[in-house]
Amino acid sequence: MKREILCTISALPYRQPIPVYGFRFGSGDKTLAVMGAIRGDEFQQMYTAARLIQRLEKLESDGALSAGILVVPCMAQFSMNVSRRFWPLDNTDINRMFPGYADGETTQRLAHRIFQALQGYQWGIHLTSFYLSGDFVPHVRIMETGFQKDEAGLDFGLPYLVIRSPHPYDTVTLNYNWQIWGTNTFSLYTRATRDIEPGSAEVAVESILRFLHRYGLSSEEVPEGCKSVCVNESQMVAIGSSSAGILLPQKHPGDKVAAGEMVASILDPYTAKPCEEIRSPVDGTIFFFRHAQILSERTIVCRIIPQNNS
Amino acid sequence: MIETVVSAQLPVGEELAIQKNRIEGAEPDSRRIAVVTGTHGDELEGQYVAWKLARLLEQKRKILHGTVDIYPALNPLGISTIYRGLPGFDLDMNRIFPGSRTETMNEYIADGIVRDIAGADLCIDIHASNIFLREIPQIRINEKSVDQLMPFAKLLNMDFVWVHGATTVLESTLAYSLNDIGTPTLVVEMGVGMRITERYGNQLIYGIFSVMNELGMLDEPAIPVQPPIVSTDGHVGFVNASESGIFLPRVSHADRVEQGQTIGIVSNPFTGEISEKLLSPLSGMVFTLREYPIVNEGSLIARVLGGVAK
Repeated sequence: MKREILCTISALPYRQPIPVYGFRFGSGDKTLAVMGAIRGDEFQQMYTAARLIQRLEKLESDGALSAGILVVPCMAQFSMNVSRRFWPLDNTDINRMFPGYADGETTQRLAHRIFQALQGYQWGIHLTSFYLSGDFVPHVRIMETGFQKDEAGLDFGLPYLVIRSPHPYDTVTLNYNWQIWGTNTFSLYTRATRDIEPGSAEVAVESILRFLHRYGLSSEEVPEGCKSVCVNESQMVAIGSSSAGILLPQKHPGDKVAAGEMVASILDPYTAKPCEEIRSPVDGTIFFFRHAQILSERTIVCRIIPQNNS
Repeated sequence: MIETVVSAQLPVGEELAIQKNRIEGAEPDSRRIAVVTGTHGDELEGQYVAWKLARLLEQKRKILHGTVDIYPALNPLGISTIYRGLPGFDLDMNRIFPGSRTETMNEYIADGIVRDIAGADLCIDIHASNIFLREIPQIRINEKSVDQLMPFAKLLNMDFVWVHGATTVLESTLAYSLNDIGTPTLVVEMGVGMRITERYGNQLIYGIFSVMNELGMLDEPAIPVQPPIVSTDGHVGFVNASESGIFLPRVSHADRVEQGQTIGIVSNPFTGEISEKLLSPLSGMVFTLREYPIVNEGSLIARVLGGVAK
């Protein structure tokens, strides 16, 4: 393992320079790059990358790797150390600045530097979080850019492979641009973002090692994993709230539901009396559930993969 | 008359209502313009315009034909919390248009706003830069809409019209969404965040009356306006800081500068040294100048419009 400084975040004179570290394993080939936390609350993503580094170090010392791998556990130190999700000075999101711009504004420059370090790899994995706070079934997500290799996403052995048609705001993310620039890219979602969940991190690490093994890049056997189901995001059923108040979930990501079954209730914030029972319109599996104590009217509560897709 | 455009219940005993002031003259259905502002909660220049325009139109009601809708606050929660974005939501409000009726409350609100403005003869979307930069009164037009919008832009009494390149991420702005459905929409940028520059507001109101004259909405002689400077991306030079520190300007906003002239310095309060001298890349007018002194590497310092003589 080689630890090197990929770039430095400088905000002198009152913050000290912050190195962004890359951990290199195996050969000098650009086979796989894994990007961890870009936002300041992606603790789970940083932790997952750190656990991956531990495992790769062992594989390398055992002589089991036949690939060149780069892992960047975190480039969000400047925000993370002050409990902010985005760049603290102007609240911009580095993951909405790709491919970056060398002569641009601060977060455009940072995106450019990390993008330069991640360029040229055959495979790319971004451990990331969603723009709405919530919990997912662990899955791999591929942006439909026209360049993507959907079938490779099945090789992680996670429960689902989700294909997303990009919205305009997706076109400035790492995933989208990495793919446009020729790297086969996957976003890998574990259950959590702000909370450290060792079990879910392990699922993600195992899935990456499984992917390496399936492509002959690691000789270490990894348990088979799931037979992934490929789902287009547009096939999922979004269930929203018709009233506002306290959100009381009745189900969790991964739970099976029957049509008509209650998935959550909304309680009056002053009396705790139910003002809405939110029921599934279909048989299926809960894929995403909002993480919120209180909820506005007309807001998504969960997404369900209908049974014929799950 | 104050009307609610779209509303939704917030979690705890409060309604979020987007409201407009509808001012009707004779034949109210004959013409309609929409004046909107407050998408970003830290941009307050439009507040003065909304207030003054409402007052003046009351005085002009007898000579008014058609309808003027004034929307002073598209993002009331942002304005009330001194927050640029949508509180508790990752995406910038001006990146979620045309909205959605099935995703989140904020997207539902965006959808309601677009539906309400749609069909107007003209929409004027007033912005005020942010807290970091001061702008001269200007209009920004996507190159895709230039033929349709330029005649209106030239009437609006602004100093400068900037025709900028089309990028996919900007397809989720209010202006793009409205132009896309055939409602001509101009974006005004002027002043600075968290402040009000009354003279800029008065200049714009004069332009709004000029446009209303052109549309036959005011029974009074047409108001002559100064033609703006029209420019494209190719005529604009950017100055970004290469060092972090404290920015001190050495020119005034809207000054004419020569190529190589010092626009400002980045100072180091620890050492008394000048970390960087920031020079103009071309001769022209400083139409954007940094207002907020703290800069990081990459922070935008100035934009210079080339070819504007002293």
